[in-house]
Amino acid sequence: MKRTALFVLIGLFLLAPLASGPYLLSLLTTLLTFAYLGQAWNIMMGFAGQLSLGHALYVGLGAYVSAALSLFWGIPPILGVFPAMAAAALVGSAIGFLSFRFAVKGVHFTLLTIAFAEIARLTFQHLSALGGTGGLFLPVEARTGVDLIHLRGDPRMFYYVILAMAAALFLACRALMASPLGYRWQALREDPAAAESLGVNLLRVKLAAIALSAALTAAGGVFTAFFYNALFPDQWFGLGYSIEIILAPIIGGLGTLFGPILGAILLTPLGEAITAVTDGLGWQSAGIKPFCYGVCLLLIVKFLPDGIWPAIRKRLP
Amino acid sequence: MNTLLELQGVTKSFRGLKANEDIGFTVGEGEIVGLIGPNGAGKTTLFNMIAGVFPPDRGTIRLSGRDLVGLKPHQTCAAGIGRTFQIVRPFPHLTVAENVLIGALHAEKKMHAARTRAAEVLALVGLDAKAAQKAGTLTLPERKCLEVARALATRPRLLLLDEVMAGLRPNETDQMVAIFRRLNRETGLSILLVEHVMRAVMALSHRVVVINSGRFLCAGLPADVVKDPRVLECYLGGED
Amino acid sequence: MILDQVVTGLLTGLIYGLLALGLSVIFGVMRIVNFAHGEMSVVAMYAAWAAARYLGLDPLLSLIPIAAIFFGAGYLLQRGLIQPFVSRPDYMQFILLISVALILTNGALLVFGPEARGIQVDYAFDSYEIGTFLIDKVRLLAAGAALTLTGLLLAFFRFTLTGKAIRAAADNRTGAQVIGLDIGKLYAVTFGIGTASLGAAGVLMALLNDAIPRLGPELTLLSFVIVIVGGLGSMTGALAGGVLIGVSEALAGTLLQPSLKSMFSFALLVLILLLRPQGLLGERS
Repeated sequence: MKRTALFVLIGLFLLAPLASGPYLLSLLTTLLTFAYLGQAWNIMMGFAGQLSLGHALYVGLGAYVSAALSLFWGIPPILGVFPAMAAAALVGSAIGFLSFRFAVKGVHFTLLTIAFAEIARLTFQHLSALGGTGGLFLPVEARTGVDLIHLRGDPRMFYYVILAMAAALFLACRALMASPLGYRWQALREDPAAAESLGVNLLRVKLAAIALSAALTAAGGVFTAFFYNALFPDQWFGLGYSIEIILAPIIGGLGTLFGPILGAILLTPLGEAITAVTDGLGWQSAGIKPFCYGVCLLLIVKFLPDGIWPAIRKRLP
Repeated sequence: MNTLLELQGVTKSFRGLKANEDIGFTVGEGEIVGLIGPNGAGKTTLFNMIAGVFPPDRGTIRLSGRDLVGLKPHQTCAAGIGRTFQIVRPFPHLTVAENVLIGALHAEKKMHAARTRAAEVLALVGLDAKAAQKAGTLTLPERKCLEVARALATRPRLLLLDEVMAGLRPNETDQMVAIFRRLNRETGLSILLVEHVMRAVMALSHRVVVINSGRFLCAGLPADVVKDPRVLECYLGGED
Repeated sequence: MILDQVVTGLLTGLIYGLLALGLSVIFGVMRIVNFAHGEMSVVAMYAAWAAARYLGLDPLLSLIPIAAIFFGAGYLLQRGLIQPFVSRPDYMQFILLISVALILTNGALLVFGPEARGIQVDYAFDSYEIGTFLIDKVRLLAAGAALTLTGLLLAFFRFTLTGKAIRAAADNRTGAQVIGLDIGKLYAVTFGIGTASLGAAGVLMALLNDAIPRLGPELTLLSFVIVIVGGLGSMTGALAGGVLIGVSEALAGTLLQPSLKSMFSFALLVLILLLRPQGLLGERS
């Protein structure tokens, strides 16, 4: 049953571009981007129990590093993604190491992740070489053809790229969850002191979670940069973006593999539908989408704190 | 009998309050030693120092001659120390089998070998029927068993048991005692146990060490120790 | 010139102190971090604006009724929504209050629009000359009100029976239950008090700044910085932290580029989280 549902889902996603116009395609691309970013964030929070509210930092780093490499040195994103991921992993590891060394835990750790993201936002605002507050722009070319090396081409190409990324990350996370590292992450999440007494090296396991989550998030940032072509520090490093990233996995189900995907499938179209309705009625609707996201989040945390997917799974045969 | 664990002059204070002062004793290879003393005698503090949760202010702790002072808990685990916690700490959202698997992953690097080891240990403590249940759903005696199984799965040379019998019914205590005796006999596992349930201490221990107010009081055979007037005065006499 | 900035910063800092006091009280008693703190105070700014615009009420007059309404709202919010979360893991509390923050910020955006809403009082441009200092009348009055309210709150916790009971519940929840204190009610009162102080701070801030939805997250982060500097959960620490941040922001604004002001605050936040997580004034537990 579960397997069939999975195949149907994969089939739908594979065939979707054939039946969708440009609007639906861009909606689906956004949906998959949030599924991907949520999955990457979920490694750190859902698997290893470390709440980061600064994941925009890694999206922004990935985006800016790859965009700068492409703009100033002509290094295509297919190569630029590696230094981008490395930069994010390095920054994530540094934050992880500092928090471990100085025993910053719980709420304080979360505040630390916010603080670093905000510092990055303010720093990039002042980096005039990278456009500062004015933004950094990638040249927009004719949206046709398929150039995977430079990540230029048809919207359908972008759709399949992010679909492949999301699917690969899903499979990778499934393998990770069943690996020794995955179990050690869960031990860290459940009870660090008990985990340590069973020989789990907390520092190593925590750094692995943060570095991997950061690097994968940065890869998502590279994709997003070349999809939208315009980078602004306030948007790409902002707290609002960090919060948007965590919505899908929380609503879908923290620490589950399907959670981030299900959350994105539910949320993104909901947001679009609400915007469409209010626009259609001619209402002044700035803020309506995040407002509804807030209501959804509230209802989920209050009534289904484990998320929607675990509730569905329980009823599956 | 070779010495496995050796403590010398171990001293620890918290905010000027001496929890342990100049404590020294040994546990031999294959030996089961009961560590007893009234509440607040400093037994759990001693355990935490052996397991590397915090270092002693002074003194040495050696395992087969290797200094354990300054090691972190995961390093003492690697050195061969397995422990349980006084207040049980299962991983509640993981299954019983997964709980034990995490310990087993310390002894076996390969996933399937670790799974096999986890299953063996679960069978040993009699929890195999509950392997697929979430640990959070277990009863207290089952949680205690799970905690022991998890520690055993790391393949320790010395097992530290912190009041695993507390809260068990007499027949459950006897089952636990039987498990530890068998392990000791068949695998040569050494055990240091902090315990208030005298029935278990008397049945298990080869030797008993008594501490009182953070200081070493005496040591000897269980039957001798319980007759020692100093022990009766500080401990057995002190309790109802 | 610099001394003028110090005085300005000090006065603003007193309002910051009142704002952060609310966060610190709620955390100190319930161990809940109110992530919607700034967003709630922005709602108070809008309330003050609406009272001035439609009722012609000076914010210094609407201060008390708005704080009272906020007390009630906080009390009900705690009773109806937050209470079951007190014993849940801290990330869940965080997420719950993030959802409240999203609703408030974007609710404000929906109701009031993205434009800034400012209050014009007729003494807006008056100032006092004290010695060589030139002090804005508005700022002085707002700071005075903030200081008075902070003093009243501290006195409430020190001298009244309810205040003492709340502190007892903060120190030892089980012990307080054993001696028969109604923890649920005390928590609701605490949340009410925390909300009332952020509401009052919001009204006072409306005298100095325009209300605008995106100010919410900024004020939340600002409150975090202040309470972390002063020691999370410490009431006097919140006041001292508010003044310290107010003054250093004002100075950073003169000496550095204005936009680097918040950079300074976040750098301070990181340093304190790492080196003195108990805050500059708090005791290490």
